[in-house]
Amino acid sequence: MADLAYHQTPAARIGRFGIYAVLALFALYYLAPLYVMVVTSLKSLEEVRNGNLLALPAAPSLEAWSTAWSSACTGVECSGIQGYFWNSIKMLVPAVALSTLIGAVNGYVLAMWRFKGSDLFFTLLMIGCFLPFQVVILPMAQMLGFLGLENGTARLVLVHTIYGLAFTTMFFRNFYVTIPDELVKAARIDGAGFLRIFFRIMLPISLPTIAVCVIWQTTQIWNDFLFGVVFSAGETQPMTVALNNLVNTSTGVKHYNVEMAAAIIAALPTLCVYAFGGKYFIRGLTAGAVKG
Amino acid sequence: MSDVVLRGIRKAYGEIQTIHGVDLDIRDGEFIVFVGPSGCGKSTLLRMIAGLEDITQGEMLIGGERVNDTPPAKRGVAMVFQSYALYPHMSVYDNMAFGLKLAGVGQNETRTAVERAAKILQIEHLLDRKPKALSGGQRQRVAIGRAIVRKPNVFLFDEPLSNLDAALRVQMRIEITKLHRELATTMIYVTHDQVEAMTLADRIVVLQAGKVEQVGAPLELYHHPANLFVAGFIGSPKMNFVDARISAVEQRGITVQLSDGSSVTAAVESAGASVGAKVTLGIRPEHFCFDTEDATNRISGCVMAVEQLGEATYLYLEVQGAADMLVVRADAAHPARRGETVQLRLPAERCYLFNETGLAYQRRAAVELSK
Repeated sequence: MADLAYHQTPAARIGRFGIYAVLALFALYYLAPLYVMVVTSLKSLEEVRNGNLLALPAAPSLEAWSTAWSSACTGVECSGIQGYFWNSIKMLVPAVALSTLIGAVNGYVLAMWRFKGSDLFFTLLMIGCFLPFQVVILPMAQMLGFLGLENGTARLVLVHTIYGLAFTTMFFRNFYVTIPDELVKAARIDGAGFLRIFFRIMLPISLPTIAVCVIWQTTQIWNDFLFGVVFSAGETQPMTVALNNLVNTSTGVKHYNVEMAAAIIAALPTLCVYAFGGKYFIRGLTAGAVKG
Repeated sequence: MSDVVLRGIRKAYGEIQTIHGVDLDIRDGEFIVFVGPSGCGKSTLLRMIAGLEDITQGEMLIGGERVNDTPPAKRGVAMVFQSYALYPHMSVYDNMAFGLKLAGVGQNETRTAVERAAKILQIEHLLDRKPKALSGGQRQRVAIGRAIVRKPNVFLFDEPLSNLDAALRVQMRIEITKLHRELATTMIYVTHDQVEAMTLADRIVVLQAGKVEQVGAPLELYHHPANLFVAGFIGSPKMNFVDARISAVEQRGITVQLSDGSSVTAAVESAGASVGAKVTLGIRPEHFCFDTEDATNRISGCVMAVEQLGEATYLYLEVQGAADMLVVRADAAHPARRGETVQLRLPAERCYLFNETGLAYQRRAAVELSK
């Protein structure tokens, strides 16, 4: 790479500089809100009201963070967002795990154990990827009523698992079709059955795809507001709904610093997942494009 | 060790039948090669023997036992695939041991078996590596090792050398022959490469469109192809075919007239031949003669192309009335140039003759030639 740059003509070097300048500008533009959120959350309310939006905090303090976490009011409750944060975690972990695992089995069957009409089945499933949330709300509500599922978290786990299956199945199926089916045949001759092949061969080689599903589903489920507000109530509401309640609670002054802190806390898990899994995400999305 | 018997084996996918009744007796310890163009059903047939494909109709016996409904792992077969099909997340050792572990074989016994196989294939130093750290040839050895470890009664090879480069292919071919000698196990080998078939097989099964065209020892197929298809498939470059008509049926053979007017006598049995019948004359590129003493059995053609390979020179001749160019193998030092006309002699005992439906007339002289 260094060699390449060395041999560039002056014009090309100017062009390259221009590209980097534009990229840097956009990066700044996109990062600006995060910057404002962070500095505001570290300021006191006094400073927020009187100071400049972009100025650094004079006396950085985590007070707004602890308020947001444990004593901010979300509606009539005033115990912060911590309970809701754990609600979201309790909803997230099983929903991500279930949708990923079931998606893997689905993809395995659709790619390796074709049955009559399996292509049609996959096409229908793909349509699920294009269905907007709003469309499924009413039938889902009816189904949940039919099932008699009362617990808000359990309802959300079910809803997100089902809604996510279309995506996870697609990810796994598209990965597994790139695996030569001779691998399955070899395992069958070695004496492995349907489940053994899945757990001993297919699942271990699909780590990048698992990473894709986990990131995708975590982002979708954690950030979801609509299902959260429709299918859960009160104590079991997820983080996103609580954040909304916190921001919309209209008693007294607006605590911008607390709201910013709460918003950052709400965004933190997905940020972390990207930070730690991002490289697998890219690898997983491009897996199969290059012969292994 | 086992014999394999196929009785009226058929395969159909819904309405479409791909294997049309195959009967075959494979003896214990025999090296059988299925050969044919792509889509002839050779791989399907092999997968049916392995148990990876259902048998639509017919009966399959391995070691005298009916195995139609026996799962692959219980048939006592091991298979080597074209893509090697190694488990990418397992070490070479684990790849080879996987089958034994599933079968519940103890650790010590497994280790012994893997090490023995690794020794035979000289891959002992690779046991801890992952497949992706191996070259193509090494991967193929591991795949063969995985098969050996299971101590199968029948080895199945599905185009195992097709992904290797030419030099390595020759080397592995010889090693597979050696392996067969050492293990003395029944081996069934699928390939589309007739050179592999000729060099490896005790007997070759030539398949076309889901039917067996001929079964026989390599030289038997070379000298006595049963029909046009086998004649064209075995031998490289392929046999030349020229349309002709029978002009005389005599004691010494059948004389035919080519469309350019020249007449050629082929030393074949005359049973079923009648004057005037349409036939196809066949002669292999390596069997033309350039001597000029004998005035009979001659044809002449114009040289359209010359290929000098060093060990030999191939001439491509246009012969009047013939649909395709004739390929002639000449000495490396042959002086022919493009545009020249050359005279060739077709030795009667080297000629093949096929009737209108493509079946061969029994050759006489070749019986002795093959000995």
